[in-house]
Amino acid sequence: MPSQAKREAAQDDHAKLEALLYQYGKSVRIAHDEMLASGDEHLIKPHWIPLMRALGRSAPEELEHKNHEARRVMRESGVTYNVYNDPEGRSRAWQLDPVPMLMSQEDWATIESGLVQRAELINLIFHDLYGKQRLLKEGLLPAEILYAHQGFHRACVGLYENAKPPIFNYTADLARGPDGKMWVFSDRTQAPSGSGYALETRIAMSRVMASEFRASQVRRLSHYFRTMRGALAELHGDRYDDPRIVLMTPGPLNETYFEHAYLSSYLGYTLVQGADLTVRDSKVWLKSIDGLSQVDIILRRVDDSFCDPLELREDSHLGVPGLVQAVREGNVTVVNPLGSSVVESPALYPFLANIAKAWLGEDLKMPCAASWWCGQKKERDYVLANLDKLVIKSIDRSACTVFGGSLSRLEREELRARIEANPLQFVGQERLACSSTPALVNGQITPRRVLLRSFLVASEGSYSLMPGGLTRIAPDNDSFLITNQSGGISKDTWVLTDQPDRQASLLPDPNSGSLQAGTETLLPSRSAENLFWVGRYAERSEGVVRLLRTVLQKLSDYDEYRDATDQACLRKMLSSLTHMTETFPGFVEPDNEEIFERPEKEIHAVAFSMEKPGSLISTLNALFYGAFNVRDLWSADTWRIIDDIGELISGMRAQKPSFFNLHNHIDTIIDALMAFSGLTQESMSHESGWFMFDLGKRLERALQVIKLVRNLLGDFNGPLEEQLNIEALMSSQESLMTYRRRYRLASSAMAACSLLVLDENHPRSIAYQILKLQDHCAHLPRQVKTVFTAHLNDEEKTLLHVRTVLQLAEPDKLVACDETDNTRPALLALLNEVESALLSVSVEISHRYFSHTDYGRQLAPQLTGEE
Amino acid sequence: MHYRVSHTTRYTYESTVTVCQNIARLTPYSNHNQRCLKSFFNIDPAPQCMRSYMDAFGNQVTYFEISRPHQELTITVVSEVEVKNQSQQELFKTDVPWDRLRDQIRASRDERTIMVRDYCLPSPLVPIIAGVQEYALQSFLPGRPLMEATRDLMQRIFTEFKYDPSFTTISTPLQDVLQHRKGVCQDFSHLALASLRSLGLPARYVSGYIETIPPEGEEKMQGSDASHAWFSVYSPNNGWVEFDPTNNLVPDDQHISLAQGRDFADVTPLKGVIFGGGKHELDVAVDVRRE
Repeated sequence: MPSQAKREAAQDDHAKLEALLYQYGKSVRIAHDEMLASGDEHLIKPHWIPLMRALGRSAPEELEHKNHEARRVMRESGVTYNVYNDPEGRSRAWQLDPVPMLMSQEDWATIESGLVQRAELINLIFHDLYGKQRLLKEGLLPAEILYAHQGFHRACVGLYENAKPPIFNYTADLARGPDGKMWVFSDRTQAPSGSGYALETRIAMSRVMASEFRASQVRRLSHYFRTMRGALAELHGDRYDDPRIVLMTPGPLNETYFEHAYLSSYLGYTLVQGADLTVRDSKVWLKSIDGLSQVDIILRRVDDSFCDPLELREDSHLGVPGLVQAVREGNVTVVNPLGSSVVESPALYPFLANIAKAWLGEDLKMPCAASWWCGQKKERDYVLANLDKLVIKSIDRSACTVFGGSLSRLEREELRARIEANPLQFVGQERLACSSTPALVNGQITPRRVLLRSFLVASEGSYSLMPGGLTRIAPDNDSFLITNQSGGISKDTWVLTDQPDRQASLLPDPNSGSLQAGTETLLPSRSAENLFWVGRYAERSEGVVRLLRTVLQKLSDYDEYRDATDQACLRKMLSSLTHMTETFPGFVEPDNEEIFERPEKEIHAVAFSMEKPGSLISTLNALFYGAFNVRDLWSADTWRIIDDIGELISGMRAQKPSFFNLHNHIDTIIDALMAFSGLTQESMSHESGWFMFDLGKRLERALQVIKLVRNLLGDFNGPLEEQLNIEALMSSQESLMTYRRRYRLASSAMAACSLLVLDENHPRSIAYQILKLQDHCAHLPRQVKTVFTAHLNDEEKTLLHVRTVLQLAEPDKLVACDETDNTRPALLALLNEVESALLSVSVEISHRYFSHTDYGRQLAPQLTGEE
Repeated sequence: MHYRVSHTTRYTYESTVTVCQNIARLTPYSNHNQRCLKSFFNIDPAPQCMRSYMDAFGNQVTYFEISRPHQELTITVVSEVEVKNQSQQELFKTDVPWDRLRDQIRASRDERTIMVRDYCLPSPLVPIIAGVQEYALQSFLPGRPLMEATRDLMQRIFTEFKYDPSFTTISTPLQDVLQHRKGVCQDFSHLALASLRSLGLPARYVSGYIETIPPEGEEKMQGSDASHAWFSVYSPNNGWVEFDPTNNLVPDDQHISLAQGRDFADVTPLKGVIFGGGKHELDVAVDVRRE
C-alpha cells in the first residue's frame, strides 16, 4: 500500500474511533469507566485502543453479526444455565456479549497479589475455625460470627487435624470501588461455580472475535486448569502416584450442571452423583459397572450440608452416607473441604484487616466493601439508620440479599424488624459504585455496569489466579442487578500482556510417567443405566416414528380407495402402534369400532400428547433427559443433536401441531434421530458406555420386531391382505428394498420371516440383534473373575439358547397355519419364547450392572423418654 | 453409686437391608460427676467396620457399618458407671444474680467462657420462639440468683406442663409444646433451653438414663427403664449445673449422662442410613441396675 493510502486509512480509522468514543462517552453515567480515562470522557485508556479501533472499522451490521455469532456458538456448544422455577424446566442458553472486558497488565497484577493474599488468609481462617479456634479465643473474631452461622457444621470440627486440605477453589466477585480500584464484595468458598463457563466463553470468543483475539496479546486460561489438575492430584500426598479423582455434582437439576459435565470431561474426571458413591470400611468407592473402585479425591460441587445424610443434612439425597467419617479417617480428600461455607460470610469483612495484621503481619492488599455486622451494637445501629443506602446480606445466605433502597417503606420496616429480632444473622454492606464497560447493544458500543468473578486455585502452598474470569454486565444502562438467575449477560475477560502466552496442553506430559499408569475412566452404574435407557428410548422413538409414517401412508391409501383389504391392514398397523407404544387400550380396545372410523385423534395423541406415557413425544422427552443425565459422556457434536431434539420437543409442546402437520414433524424427528444414531455409532468409542447404549438399542429393536411380526404375520387372512401386511412391515422396518430385491418373485410370509426373524446378516432382524447382544455382553466387564465360575453369565446363557433356537427354526414350519383359527402357532410360540428371554436378559443386566443405583434412607430415630 | 446400664435397640426390617452406616452416642462420658468404668457394644450382625472418636461436644461417638444383607439389626451397649453424689447445698450457697452473670459471660475474655457462648444461641431444635422469653422472665426476676431462678423455672415446667408421650413425636415443634403445655422429657428440656437462651444464658441438653425405683414390695421389671433427657446451665463459678424438669429435681446420684450438646439433634443416641429395608420396626429396652 502506498504510504499516502496508508496514511489515509489511518486517518479514517482514527476518525471512526473518535466517533465511536464520542457516542460512547455521551452515554456513560457513572464515575468510573473501564475504557475511558477518568475525568476525560474522550480519552481512551491505551490498552483499549487496538480493540476499539478494530471495532470502529466494522460496520454496524458486522458488529450485529458478531453478536449473532456469539449467541449461536454458545447455543451450539450447549452452554446453558438451569433457571430455577422455570415451569418448562428448560435451561437457558448462556448470553454472551462479544466485546471482551480488557484488563491491563498493571491493573491485573494489583488484583492478583490482592486476591492471592485474601485466599491465603481465608484458608487460614477456615482451618482455625474448624481446628483450634484461636481467632475466637484471642478475641480477633466474635464467637457468634461462627456459632450463629448455619453453615458451621459441628460434625466437621477437628476433621482436619492431620491432613489440611486447602480451600481449593476460591472465587471472589469484584467491582470497582469509589477509588477506581477493584474491590471484593463477595467470596465463594464452598463449591464455587463459573470457571467452566469462563473457559467455554473463551473458546466461543476465539471463534467470534478471531482476528481481534489474535491481534491482542491475551493471557491463556488453559494454564489455570493445568495448574488445577496438577494441584488436585498433589492433594493426595505421596500415597500413590495416580489417585482416582471424581467430580461430584448434585445432578442435572442443578443450575450449573452444564459446567460440571463440561469440566469433568475437560479435566478428565469421572462425573458422579452422590448415589454413585458408597462408603465401605470408611473408604469411598465408586459404584461402577466394573464393581467397586476406591476414590481418593472428590472435587465436589455439592453444598456442604448436602454431602452426607448421616452426619450433615439428614434429608439430603445428593450426598454419600459416611463421607464425613471417611474424611475423618483421612481415607478420602474432599475439596473444597466440608464446612467451608463459613468463610464466605460477609460478617468476616470488618475483622479481616486485623486478622491479616495479627497473623500475616501485612495490611490487606485488596480492599473489600465496607461491612457492618449487626451482632455488634454500634454497627447494628448504623445499619438500621442507613437501611436505604446499604445492601443487606445474611451471614450464611439463609436469607436473600436485598438492596435497602429498592424496598418499599413497608418492606423496609419488615426488614428492620427481622434484623432487630435476629441481629447476629445480618450484615449491612456498602454498595459499590461499579464501573461501566463497553458492550455491544443493537450494533452500538454502549456502556453497561460490570462485575467480575475471579477464580483462584490452591497450588504449592499458595494460590494461583486464573488470568481472566467471568465478566457479567447489567441487562440495561440503569440496572444494578446482575445475576444469571435474573438474566445477566456474560463477557470474556482478556488480561493483556507484553509477552506472547503459549497455550498449555491438558494432556499429561508423556515423560512424567503418569501416562503408563493411565487410570481408565470408570463408568458409574448410574451412567451405565442411563446410557442403556437412552439406547432403548432412541430406538423406541425411531421405531414409533417409522411406524407412524407407515400408518399415515396406509391411512391416506385407504381414504382414497376405501378398499376392505387396505382397511384390514390398517387396523393391524394401528393395533401394532398401540402395542409398540404401550398406550393401551387405544386401538386394541375390544368392540371399539368408533376409534377405527376416526383414528386421527388417537394417532395424534400417540404422537404429541405429553400426558400419554409412551407417546412419541414423551419417549423423546425421556430420551432427552436420559441423555442430559450423562451430559459428560457425549461429544460436542452429539450433544448438539441431543439439544436439537430438546428444541424439537419444546417446539412441539409450544405449537401444539395439528394432525395434518404430523408428516412434517415426522420427517424432522427421523432426521434428528438418524443423526444421533449415526454420531453414536461413529464417534462414541466402543467402551463399556457404548456397549451399554447399544445393548439398549438392540434389545429394544428386537422387542419391536417381535411385536410387529406377531401383529402382522401372526395370523393368515388370505394372500392379498398378507401381501399388504408384509409390505407395511417391511416398510416400517426400512427393509422393503432388501425384501423386494431378494424375494421379488417369491414374496410370502416365509420369506418375510426368514428376513426379519431368522437372518443373522440383516441388521433389522431379530437374529441379528441377538448376535449383537451376545457380542456386547462379552465386552462388558466381568465382576467375578475366578477359575471356578462358569464361562458364561446367566444373560449370556439365555442369549446363546435363543440364538440356537432361532438357528434351528425352519421357516416353512414357522408359518404353518392352524386350520381352525388361522393363527401361526409355531411362529407365535417362537416369538413369545424370544420375547420372554429378552425380558429376562434385560432384568439380568440391570441386576448385574445397575443394582447399585438406589438411595439410602434414614433409620427411624428413637425418642427419649418414651415409655 | 455404681450402675450397670444395658441399652438394646432392635430394628426389624420388612425386606433386606444391603448396607447401612450408623453413628451412636451411647457411651457414657466421664467428668467431675461420673466416671465410665467400662462400656462395650454388641452389634448383631457384626459390623464390617467400627470406629470411635470424640465429637466437638466432648461425646464419644461410635461409627459402624454393616455391609452384609440383613433383616434385623440389634445394638446392645452395656456400661458400668460410677456416679458421684453432687453436693447441691454448695451450688446454692455461691449463687450470683443471673443478669450479672449474663453480662459477665458476654464481656468475658476468658477462653472457656467464650467457647460457652455457643450454648447461648438458638440451635436446630431450639429456635427462637415467640412467648418464651416472657415465660422465662417470670422466674428470672431482675437480680435473682441464677441457681434459684433456674430451679424455679424447672419447677414451673414440672407443674404447668403435662407429661404426655402421646402428644409429641420426634419432630413436634417447640412452639406447640409451649402452646399446649404438654410433652415428654425431651420437650421439657428443649423448652428450658429456649427459656434460658432467650435471656442470653448458656444452657445445654443432656441425654442419659435415670434409675427408676419400683413401688415398695414390687420387683423391678427388666428393660422397663428408658433413655432420659434433662438440661444444664452454665455459670463461671459453678460450671455446668444440671436440672431435670421432668422430675423436678437437681440430679444427685441417680442420673447417668450419655452425651451433651445444643439439643437432641447433637446427641441422637443412634442414627443411620439404610439401603433397602422397606418399612421397619423399632424396639428399645433399657435396664439400669445398682451394683
